Amino acid sequence: MFARFILMTTQLPGDALVSLNAVNKHYGQLHVLKDINLQVRKGEVVVVIGPSGSGKSTLCRAINRLETIDDGDIAIDGKQLPAEGKELARLRADVGMVFQSFNLFAHKTILENVTLGPIKVKGVSKAEADKEAMALLERVGVGHQAPKLPAQLSGGQQQRVAIARALAMKPKVMLFDEPTSALDPEMINEVLDVMIQLAKEGMTMIVVTHEMGFARKAADRVVFMADGQIVEDATPEEFFTNPQSSRAKDFLSKLLTH
Amino acid sequence: MDVIIESLPQYWDGFLRTLFLAAVSGIIALVVGTLLAAARVSPVAALRGFSMAYVEVVRNTPLTIAFFFAAVVLPRLGVTFQQFEIAAIIALSAYTSAFIAEAVRSGVNSVPIGQAEAARSIGMKFGQVLSLIILPQALRTVVPPLINILIALVKNSSVAGAFFVLELFGYGKQLANDHGDAVMWVLVGVAFFYLLITVPLGYLAHQVERKVAIAR
Repeated sequence: MFARFILMTTQLPGDALVSLNAVNKHYGQLHVLKDINLQVRKGEVVVVIGPSGSGKSTLCRAINRLETIDDGDIAIDGKQLPAEGKELARLRADVGMVFQSFNLFAHKTILENVTLGPIKVKGVSKAEADKEAMALLERVGVGHQAPKLPAQLSGGQQQRVAIARALAMKPKVMLFDEPTSALDPEMINEVLDVMIQLAKEGMTMIVVTHEMGFARKAADRVVFMADGQIVEDATPEEFFTNPQSSRAKDFLSKLLTH
Repeated sequence: MDVIIESLPQYWDGFLRTLFLAAVSGIIALVVGTLLAAARVSPVAALRGFSMAYVEVVRNTPLTIAFFFAAVVLPRLGVTFQQFEIAAIIALSAYTSAFIAEAVRSGVNSVPIGQAEAARSIGMKFGQVLSLIILPQALRTVVPPLINILIALVKNSSVAGAFFVLELFGYGKQLANDHGDAVMWVLVGVAFFYLLITVPLGYLAHQVERKVAIAR
């Protein structure tokens, strides 16, 4: 395990699109991220799994600084994540984020949800933004819902709109924070299909999920977290067939018995 | 009864002046109150502190004090007015904006945090997050309390009558002096004209509330 761990962290830094070095975070006494080192290369799909409270969501949110970190550094495409202000906003525009609870803008139509970022942040013309947004909505299969409000859509449809909204910014990397955890079982697949398609098209993705099927099918690497640490970092094949740590073995055995 | 019919021109003039005072102060208070609420949630500590201090002081002192400040203290400091109406408008809008700020702030807090996070994650700056995502949703939820505050403002404007501004209440005082035998009817008339403003406002609140409610 440690050999593999060192191998991952000794990648050339210029090679990494997302790079976390010695990142630590506390919530009061609780040490939620312990010395996290993670490099994600362009085009790579990294699935982060682990038990609840292992810090995987915090890790995901820290990458676009929705959570602050205590020390260490995070860089996107070679640029350090700035603390606040304009620079941070600019960098965030390059990092797409999909939330567990969708978070579509409740007072805007589906189309406006997708066009708002390009128009207000990137200064794209409305006509251009509308055209691109419609293409994206068609791609995720909700084109005909464009004039509706978010509350009129099912959870699965809302989440696909949220993916389209993030894609509209043409991000370098997409973060998914438990994107299917709030969905009814029959809606999970329609979201996963969109994500698998995205992975095939070469999008760099960091996905926090409990969907092991997605990890097997679409991931290049599986990162297993427990108690705020990265315990394993392996290919899905290696991780699922031959986990090294007892924590991972324990976690997997609990999943498979159901 | 006759006194009301006889004095309709005075009532009408007073009604229009009260309407003017309330409308102008209301608009100023809405703008200032929203800015105060924005300052209260801003990342700048000094703005937050100023907004909090302003709201706490103004909200917790009587309106009459605000009028004394505007009508008596400000002129001593060299700010003089041609008309007392200006002082009344300053006092009323300064006082009302503190209540508006609190209402808007509670509305901001009622918008789920995920809305702001989603807006930040697509690269919006603080001002954009607030003006495009948070405030439009917050203002919808605070329409009923805001209209309550505006109704209170209409009634509070009667304090101006005690500070030499001839509005509905000011005329009421005059009429009561002139018609000592019909004070009750004079006051009924005054009350009626206040209701002419406040009851439709309440009705408006009800209508707007139904229209702008957003589903989640």
